Amino acid sequence: MSFQLTSFLLSVIATSTPLLLAATGELVVEKSGVLNLGLEGMMLVGAIAGFAAATQSGSATLGVVAGGLAGAGLALVFAVLTLTFLSNQVATGLALTIFGTGLSALAGSSYVGIAVAPLPPILFGQNALVYLSFIMVGAVWWFLSASRGGLILRAIGDSHDAAHALGFSVVGIRYLATLFGGAMAGLAGAYLSLAYSPSWAENMTAGRGWIALALVVFSTWRPGWLLAGAYLFGGIMYLSFYVQGLGLAVPSQVVAALPYVATIVVLVLISRDRARIRLNAPACLGQPFHEAG
Amino acid sequence: MLRLEPRGGRSPVWAVASPILAMALTVAVSAAIFALLGRAPGPALYTFLIEPLTSESGPPELAVKAAPLILIGVGLALAFRANVWNIGAEGQYTMGAIFGGGLGLAYPDAPAAVLLPAMMALGVVGGAAAAAIPAYLRTRFNASEILTSLMLTYVIQLLLIYLVTGPWRDPEGYGFPQTALFSEAATVPILIEGTRVHLGVALAVAAALIAWLLLQRSVFGFALRVYGQAPRAARFGGFSEARLIWATLLMSGGLAGLAGLIEAAGPIGQLLPKISPGYGFTAIIVAFLGRLHPLGVVVAALVLALSYLGGEAAQIDLGLPSAVTGIFQGVLLFFLLACDVLILYRVRIVRRAVKEAA
Amino acid sequence: MTGPVIPPTGGDTPPLLAPPLLKLSGIVKRFPGSLANDRVDLTLRAGRIHALLGENGAGKSTLVKIIYGVLRPDAGQMSWRGEALTIASPAHARRLGIGMVFQHFSLFEALTVAENILLGLDDAASRRDLPRRMSEISARYGLPLEADRVVHDLSVGERQRIEVVRCLLQNPALLIMDEPTSVLTPQEAERLFQTLRRLAGEGCAILYISHKLDEIRALCDEATILRQGRVVATCDPRRETTERLAGLMIGGDIKPPAARRHTAAAPPRLAVTRLGLPATRQFGTDLSDISFTVGGGEIFGIGGIAGNGQVELMEALSGETLADPAEAIRIDGVAAGRLDISARRALGACFAPEERYGHAAISGISLAENALLSARVRRGLARLGFVDAARSTGFAAHVIRAFDVRASGPLAEARTLSGGNLQKFIVGREVNQEPGLLIVNQPTWGVDVGAAVTIHRALIELAAAGAAIVLLSQDLDEILTLCDRIAIIAGGRLSQAYRPSEITLSDIGLLMGGTDSLARHAQA
Repeated sequence: MSFQLTSFLLSVIATSTPLLLAATGELVVEKSGVLNLGLEGMMLVGAIAGFAAATQSGSATLGVVAGGLAGAGLALVFAVLTLTFLSNQVATGLALTIFGTGLSALAGSSYVGIAVAPLPPILFGQNALVYLSFIMVGAVWWFLSASRGGLILRAIGDSHDAAHALGFSVVGIRYLATLFGGAMAGLAGAYLSLAYSPSWAENMTAGRGWIALALVVFSTWRPGWLLAGAYLFGGIMYLSFYVQGLGLAVPSQVVAALPYVATIVVLVLISRDRARIRLNAPACLGQPFHEAG
Repeated sequence: MLRLEPRGGRSPVWAVASPILAMALTVAVSAAIFALLGRAPGPALYTFLIEPLTSESGPPELAVKAAPLILIGVGLALAFRANVWNIGAEGQYTMGAIFGGGLGLAYPDAPAAVLLPAMMALGVVGGAAAAAIPAYLRTRFNASEILTSLMLTYVIQLLLIYLVTGPWRDPEGYGFPQTALFSEAATVPILIEGTRVHLGVALAVAAALIAWLLLQRSVFGFALRVYGQAPRAARFGGFSEARLIWATLLMSGGLAGLAGLIEAAGPIGQLLPKISPGYGFTAIIVAFLGRLHPLGVVVAALVLALSYLGGEAAQIDLGLPSAVTGIFQGVLLFFLLACDVLILYRVRIVRRAVKEAA
Repeated sequence: MTGPVIPPTGGDTPPLLAPPLLKLSGIVKRFPGSLANDRVDLTLRAGRIHALLGENGAGKSTLVKIIYGVLRPDAGQMSWRGEALTIASPAHARRLGIGMVFQHFSLFEALTVAENILLGLDDAASRRDLPRRMSEISARYGLPLEADRVVHDLSVGERQRIEVVRCLLQNPALLIMDEPTSVLTPQEAERLFQTLRRLAGEGCAILYISHKLDEIRALCDEATILRQGRVVATCDPRRETTERLAGLMIGGDIKPPAARRHTAAAPPRLAVTRLGLPATRQFGTDLSDISFTVGGGEIFGIGGIAGNGQVELMEALSGETLADPAEAIRIDGVAAGRLDISARRALGACFAPEERYGHAAISGISLAENALLSARVRRGLARLGFVDAARSTGFAAHVIRAFDVRASGPLAEARTLSGGNLQKFIVGREVNQEPGLLIVNQPTWGVDVGAAVTIHRALIELAAAGAAIVLLSQDLDEILTLCDRIAIIAGGRLSQAYRPSEITLSDIGLLMGGTDSLARHAQA
């Protein structure tokens, strides 16, 4: 029993970690007032970049670094478009996902079916990215609630005009936040291809980027709730795989649909409390900023 | 250092020039990507963009590929005008194919004059039903339609897989995950003999024309534009927010559903686990490239249909993965969004003094 | 440093040998399509309260943004304590000792008072010591604040105090106040003046931006008057008459509308009975127990400080939010509380909300389409669900002519109009629908005097034609001159109605502050 429980917990950690990594990054991005819907694309690009770097170099660590850099690179494209060229953030985020899906499929076509040495465990059988996900969610909590940088970031998300009037660099700080979010999404992708699977398959994120976006809403932009939400969803995802493996009379597709249905249900439960959303959502979320107004 | 200065109004020149500039830049980047992949850029571009049009079957095939993109893109253009972000068209497309296709499979011997219109109507209903869920959740519970419509796409795709591998599987299909072929009466008729151009192509063009009329001339179209630009002004004008959300989602969902049914009961001929090469997502680009204008959508759909044909040609002739299509589409949308800034702003290159830059 | 940087100079005569604190000469700033500042000179000295006077659009805001480092001039020189320099950023301005209180507060709604203040402090040392210094300054200048409250819960007056304290914590040598009293009750304004006088007495220079002449004559030692981007005069406002200052500011004589004679009581065209509504917005105001009636030919004024329920009342009257029960609002006797805005228009009501951009009009569409937005029902601009473009254009052209709107034509996009012209178009669009009831919120806010006169005249004529008019405004002068009866809204409650002759400015101030009733006055 205790063995089963342990293995259950370990599996839940494995399914939750990529959600937590990506959602933690997106939380910071959204707190600065930027809505990047391209998580799925950045995760995919991170996954293939990490996988390719790891197989080429033989070092999974190098793969992780490459994944993070690739995610940040794609986020840079998003930042240039939305922050410098003031493009619509929703549309640009969708473009990022479409582009990232295509790019990863093209780059990954020669890596399908190849094995890679997975990311080694460092402590209690867990790899470094698992610990990093905990450290980052804690660090983000500290940054947002206790540091001056976090205060400035929240201020910019709340009113970019007021922040600009006080002399803060709205665009500069949003660039940094967006790059951070991209790097975290890239790490989440690298975790999938280097630790979770570990292999590369086209579209291997299977909507995890979108679920991570929903998680940020679920958490009402608070890191503590984000941690809880990521593990709740990781648990649901793991259960759906587990039940599929049991060979029950239920069609496997019904169970496979569970995480997506659960996302919708949770989103509805949170969103119906409009007051709470408005109180916590960054007021400038998704709005373009230009000095001349 | 780039600086943007507001023009103080929309530039009519750049409203037209921006998509052209975006396409030119996309072709340039595609050439660079081909070069990176070790192919000579000139011939590769020819294979990708020109060759698909040169053969006799080229233009008709382009129309066949463009039809679903037009149908979905027109609906999305209306929805996006109102800032209603339906990004689950892929799921609504699939739902239309399931609803209408299910009827066609159940009554293969019914007379064509009844069966096909009924299938199309059910296709619309299926797509609209799939879009009604995000509409209800948005208007009743304030849940983002972006996330709900997309999540539903995954669920609906699983539903299709369940149907074609389970209850609807063709018993004579040697165990392949597919349904029986649609009967003659349940198949979308060919319009031009010797090609694959079918009724759906005509319907797509008709849909674009009707949508154009609606958007330009009707109070409803006016309400959409007003709501998209200023929701508060729309309320002041007497337009109900909830009604607009419902209307745009049902319309875009219904059109996507129709596209799905036509594709399944037309070029494909049966239900398979995968009945779309991502039309529902590509149509998002179609809508933007077409300036959210129904007639622009027709032109944009042809461009993106070409990217599908080009992707196939690149696969066959150059040995490149078909994912080239996705990259082309993504880059195109990037440049389009970036170039659009020129409509409202003029770009100045300014050199700042060192002291000031600090 | 614990006190203001400049030692007190005492009295009215600053030492003329010392260089001025800030000297601007020949400042030019162009925007696409306009010259906001045209060779402006300005000299500020320690210990003096200097007024910057001008109409909306005269270039005051541009000039102070240049001083505060938000904008950079295209030409001209600046010197600070005799040394030439350019101010590169607001942070640079703050390092020099320049503090600014913005007209539209640069506060962060979701953050606490302390966090808002922290954001304005650039050096770590002053941040560490914040709580003690905050309470010290609060006590010294009479600016009470609670550090842990979130800004969106605070009143406008409290918000302004945050801005002032935020500036004073920097020990400013120069404090810029941009239209500070536009959001205050007369009593709150008087309290602010005391604070400013005390600061000036300690040697701080104050640049006071306003278009309120009486206020400037009472408070300021010097005045620079701007018109269309240029300095037209520099004077001592205490030695000038209000009329002369107004003439300099406006550049011509503009007659105020003739005093109105109230018409005999007519049956009420609008009757509001015990209207109560919970706020629909997160930071909105609940309306409670609002009752009033307005008869044909009458202009009924509703005064009050922004954010006390004006927007909510406007939306409840227009039908953008529905009231309960239907009988709470009657238009010409018909219970209208549950009718939407189009149905209320059909009953004869028209509306001009406060916010021009994105509510009363849309910048990105043409004037003809903006006409379609609200005049569709009453002017038959649409038939069978389709737009009658010719009639929309014709109606817009008619409004443009009748209200002297400066626009290239009915097909001009609204964004190409100046604020005053767009406002004339909006009011004209509603008035030309020949309403039996017109409800307007802040019709002359931020518009030039000429446009304000046009708008006022239109309201008077409409009332003379038998319509009932509700005028919501924060401008007390406006409602006192135009209205037959006035009431004050505070905290979502409406006071009794008074005739302007029955009530003093200080009574109005008390009502604005939330005093329920003035017992010694009879109800009008």
